[in-house]
Parts: sequence; structure tokens; C-alpha cells
Amino acid sequence: MESSDLSESDKKALDEFSKDADAWFADHSEHDPGFMLPLTFMEVGDDRQFDYLRDWQRKVYEAGFLGAAWPSDYGGGGLPQAFQNAATKAMRKHKTPIMLNAIGLNWTGPLILDIGDEASKSKYIKNILSAEDIWCQGFSEPENGSDLGNAQLKAEREGDEYILNGSKIWTTQGNYAKYMILLARTNQKAPNKYAGLSFFLSPMRIEGIETVPIRKLTGEYGFTQTFFTDARIPASGLMGQEGEGWKIAMRILEYERGARSGQAGGHIMASVDSFAIVELARRAARDGSPVLEDPVMRDMLIDFMIEAQSLKLCDDRGQLLPLNIDNPLGLSLSSKLMKTEFALRVNEFAMTMLGSRGAYYVGDDNAIDNGLWARGYLNAFSATIGGGTSQIQRNIIGEHVLGLPKK
Amino acid sequence: MEQHPFGQIGLTHEQVDLLEVATNFCRDKSPMEKVRQIMEGDQGFDQDIWREIVALGWLGIAIPESYEGGAGLGIGEIVPVIEQMGRAMMATPFISTSLAAQILLIAGSQAQKQKYLPPLCEGKIFSCAFMEAEGAWDLSNIKAGAIANKNGDGGSVSLSGKKTLVSDANSADYLIVSVMCDQRPSLLLLSREQFKDRLTRETLIDETKRSCSLNLDGIECNKEQILDTDKVAAALSHYSIVATLFSAAECCGGAKSVIDYTLDYLKTRKQFGKLIGSYQALKHPTVDAYVSYEQSRSLLYSAAHSFNDQGSGEIATRMAMVQCHKTLTCASDRAIQFHGGFGFTYDCDAQLYRRRAIWHGAVYGDGAYHKSKLGELLF
Repeated sequence: MESSDLSESDKKALDEFSKDADAWFADHSEHDPGFMLPLTFMEVGDDRQFDYLRDWQRKVYEAGFLGAAWPSDYGGGGLPQAFQNAATKAMRKHKTPIMLNAIGLNWTGPLILDIGDEASKSKYIKNILSAEDIWCQGFSEPENGSDLGNAQLKAEREGDEYILNGSKIWTTQGNYAKYMILLARTNQKAPNKYAGLSFFLSPMRIEGIETVPIRKLTGEYGFTQTFFTDARIPASGLMGQEGEGWKIAMRILEYERGARSGQAGGHIMASVDSFAIVELARRAARDGSPVLEDPVMRDMLIDFMIEAQSLKLCDDRGQLLPLNIDNPLGLSLSSKLMKTEFALRVNEFAMTMLGSRGAYYVGDDNAIDNGLWARGYLNAFSATIGGGTSQIQRNIIGEHVLGLPKK
Repeated sequence: MEQHPFGQIGLTHEQVDLLEVATNFCRDKSPMEKVRQIMEGDQGFDQDIWREIVALGWLGIAIPESYEGGAGLGIGEIVPVIEQMGRAMMATPFISTSLAAQILLIAGSQAQKQKYLPPLCEGKIFSCAFMEAEGAWDLSNIKAGAIANKNGDGGSVSLSGKKTLVSDANSADYLIVSVMCDQRPSLLLLSREQFKDRLTRETLIDETKRSCSLNLDGIECNKEQILDTDKVAAALSHYSIVATLFSAAECCGGAKSVIDYTLDYLKTRKQFGKLIGSYQALKHPTVDAYVSYEQSRSLLYSAAHSFNDQGSGEIATRMAMVQCHKTLTCASDRAIQFHGGFGFTYDCDAQLYRRRAIWHGAVYGDGAYHKSKLGELLF
């Protein structure tokens, strides 16, 4: 709901809520745990980081600034969406740490609230908000990354249980998660690959499920490969009917890409804004002068500032229907491609400002900003590859927005 | 909507209405056959369509209601109209006349405004002769001159020098000319009788556009034709920004239609037994052009919305211009390439858009120019 749709009294309440949120996050904007905090939910690499962020999410929730628009029956705030948007905006403004339980908050929670049964809502929603229960996602498989519809992990019904065999990869926070949203194959003989898939809410801490951390290109951790060997899960975890897995997985991707609303809110990735790179251009030196005085670098910097501004405006323009008539899905389906590619290139550009000190990496005293830019660049590939690679995104936009032929 | 230091985005009800009416009007009145037919003629536009535009009241959009025909809206309300004209490649003297109106509003005396704005809203064609052969985008760099007549009656002046790229001069009823007078930039309003025999049609890269050079030597003006000299500098710098915004709008609309034109081809042309749009080598760059267009349009409507905001208006406008011009340039370049052999022919419309992009960059300043101006504003 837009703030313009609110009643006068709600508007007043929203105004006060926004002020409270701004003040609260201002009061809680100091975060110096003595180690590097993850910039995204996909970078939670060790227990210190995990514990710190879990604690932080719980505090934000208890203060009323997370899940403000989720139903109060299940632990939410029961307020209109505009309230949560205001709180999320305040988090970004004060550059607070990210919300840890991203897959619970932004993918699983909305799914359960939209199509889950009463028992699931009561069991899962509150603990998603408080970060008591961490959720992970079991979609990609070692042999089936972009071709998600070909997922092969087998789920066989036996009485009140399903027996799982196979493996999933790129499980964010897999080693910390209590539950997983899982795409599995229940029917090997379905008429097409999509029709054989089903969708489960699966426990993680049971016999037969083992997680093995994956070391990323940065040298850090954050993902696991997850192995299933005759793991038995309750049949009550099936979402929808058998064979509806693909449809539900697509719905999850819509939550993930922001094409469908209902997320609990809170920022899950610290984005590089253009002010950060301007500030870097002022202090980074090239042959003794600030990078900002180099006309070629300046020209490139302005290109990035224009692009950053256009991305913010595209988010806002999505709400202006008369400017979305020609291609109604265009902005929402392009958002992931635009933002993730920008994040990759802006970090890459920032590295070029560092002169010879661009040779240093995280951990060296000479690394500018403790190696943030190089690390950010390498980590940014997680988003241009994960959730459907940029190349797949271009197929999606080409086919679903522009109507280009698939083959 | 979030607050952004370089401009917000929003829409007025009037913008929404104008966008809808302009979209339908331009599409219906300006199919590509019509564009090419008009392009072949001398005048460069269709009088009947011009009369309909006048009847729609579009010339009065940003003119105060105190003048007959004025609607009292803002520059931002003109943007959807120009965007849709650009999309349909509709050629009219609308941009020239709307820009001249901005000059009159700032630098015209009360009497001049009363005399000229109502006929302007009624369809009299106005244009500005501000450019010269040196090719500078800085409009205060003026060589043409005006000298007071010694034995003249009460302030008449004689003009000398040459102006170039005077848009729609061939059909203009009035021209506003910039000259140096007593070492100060001055603006003079000439009527057709004074300039009609001194125009030479120019050959432009964009064949849908019309412009002339204007030889000022020997033109005499009386003092009623001189605009307020104290307001000339403000008027010229305002003109540059408005012109930049209108240029961005026309580029943005053009980018949309050249992408759509390319898509039609990619969905119908077959090679090696497959529709060529299924090949990712063509599909992906077309998506990139489309994404760039969406970014352009967000910046354009932000510039339209923020135009009058102190500080952010000029930044938003120049950002929009950089992106819109880049998008039209890249999208039309790829359009030629993706049409293959047909793309190399005069009959393929891709060249019209590519030529238009070149014209916009040359007349209103290219991306590098606007970025250097942004550098002064941002840092």
C-alpha cells in the first residue's frame, strides 16, 4: 500500500513511526565489533559474524522495525506496508548491519503467509522475524545451476514421510540453518521436467543431511554444499500439491527479485552508493593528485553516478503506473540485472582508483579501506551468478518483456 | 518515494493526461510512411497536423494563464508531449516555438509578452537564432553584432554577422536573434519580412529536421524589437537547460521506437531456419538497449519533475540528456547492424534514428560535454 492511500490518522501515525525509526537507528548506528561485518547475507563466513548479526536482527525485530507489516497474529506488527518501508529506509540511511535471516524474511515468510496453512504460519513466522530459526534455500544443484527446472534431488513418498537423496549447492548459511525451502523431484515419469518437481519446507538438523562449507573465490565461507542420504522429512512439509514445485519456486524467485511483495523488510545487502565512490575519488591519489582531478576518471565517475541515480529512480518509477504501460513487467524483471551488474562494475571501477595500493588485499595494512573494494568486487559475482545469472536474466527479459522467441 | 539529492520522480495529473493524449495522437498522425513523405518535402512538417496541435493547446502548456491561450502548467508537462513526438518521429516546429516562448517569458517586456505570446499559442511559429559557425554550445559566445544607428530615430540598430542551425527558420513567423550590442549580449525579435530573404537552407544529417543559416548583414531593427538586455544572460542559460531537457525527451522517445522497430525484425526474420531473435548474440544486446532505455526514461521523468528545483533541476536534466542520448545512439547503431543487409539501405528506418542521435549530440551537446558540466555542478 502506498502512503498516499493511507487515512489522515494513519498518515500521522506513519509520520511518527518514521521519526521513531530514524531516531532508533541513529542511536544504534555504531557497530564496531572488531571484525569485518558481512556486506550481504551471502557473506556470513564465521560464528562471530553470525552471532553478531543474529543478535542485531533480534534487537531490530523487538524494537518493532522488522516485519512491521506482517500480521500481528503471527508476531508481525500488523501495520500497513508503508510503515515497514519507512523502517527499512532508516536502516539504509544509517548504514546499519544487514538483516541475517534473508531467505526467511524475504522469500519463505511471504510464501508461508500467502499460501501456507495455519499450522505453518504459527510454527515458523515469529521465529523467522526473531532470527531464532535460520532458513536456507535448496534450489541449485551441482549439475543444475541456471537450468533449475532440471533439478534431480529425489523425494520419495513413504507413509507420512518423504525420503530425500541427492545434493544441493550454494546453500547460503546452510551450516547455520534450521530449515530449508527445497525443490525436489517427486515424479521421474512426469510429462515434462517441470511437472515432476515438488516444493518442501524441510528440517535441516536430521539424520541424513550433511553440510560441507564451500570456500569462495575470496578465500572466505558463506555457502555450503548440502548432501541428502536417505534423509526422512515429514510429508506435512509439502507445499501445495506434488508437481506444483516449479510454480512455487517461480513464486519464490518473484519475491527474491522484488517482482512480488510481502517481504518482511530490512536491508539484506549493503549497496555501494555513488557518494561512497565520490568520497573515494577525493582521497585516493594518482601520481600525487586526487583521482577526482583526473578528467578521464572524472568522466567515468559521473557515468557511475548517473547510473546509480537511474537505478534509484527506476525503483520509484515502478510505482508510477502511467509510466509502465508499454512494458508492465519491464522494470521489475530488469531490476536484478541492472543492480547486480552495476554493483560488480562499480566495485571494479573503485579498484582502479587505488593506484599501486590496489595490489593489496584484505588483511594488509596498506590495503585502502581494508581491501573492501577488491573483496566487494569478487563477492559481487555472487549476485550476477546466483539467483539466475545475468545471461539468464537477459533471456528472461528478452522473452518475457520483449517477446523475443525462445528458439 | 525516496528523497534523492539529484532529483525525485513523480507525475502530475496533467502529465498523465498529456502522455496519454500525445501517445495516441503522435502514433495515429505520424506513421513512418508519413514521416518519410514529410521528410522529402521542403517545409518539413504538415500544416494540418500543426493546426491540430494548436487546437490541442500544447503550445500554451507552459505559458501563464494571464496570456490568451496559456494553460499555466510547467516545463515538465511539455516533456511527455515531446517524448511521444520523438517516438513517432513527428516533425513539427513545436520544440522551436516552445523554446522561443521560454525566452519571451524571461526576457520579454510586458508589452512584448502581451503582443507575442497569444499569437504563439495560436500557432504562429517562433524560433531562436542563437548558434554560430564556430560550433560552440556556449550560447554566450556571440560574434554577430548590432550597432546603434547614429542618425536613427530613437534607438534603432543595424545588424551584422551570421547565425547558423536556426531550426524551422524556413517556416518561422518570428525569430529571436542573439547579437553583441555595446559589448553585451542582446536579443532581438525579428519578423518574417525582415529575414525571409536572408535564409539559406542547411543540409542536415537528420533529414526530418529543418534549419537555415541567417545572414544578418543590413537588417534594421527598431527598439521595440529589443528584449530586456538585463535579462539576456539568465534567458540564455535557462534556454540551454530547457533545450537540453527537450532534446533528452526526443531522444528517449526515439530510443523506445527504434528498439521496437528492431524487435519487429528480430521476431520475423529467419536465418539458418530460426528466427534471428532467438540467437543470444542479438537477443542480449537488444535487452541491454532496452534496459538502458528504461534507465533513460526514469532519469527523463525525474528531470521533468525536478526541473524547477533549485540545484537539482540542472543536474537531473543533464544526467537525463547523457543517458537518453547514449541510449538512442547505441540502440540505433545496433538497429542498423541487426537489420543486416537491409540495415545498410536507405529504406530501413534504423538510419533515421541513428542520424537523429548524431543531430541531437551536435546541436545540444554530446554526453562528454554534459558530463563536464555535471562535474562542475557535482564536485
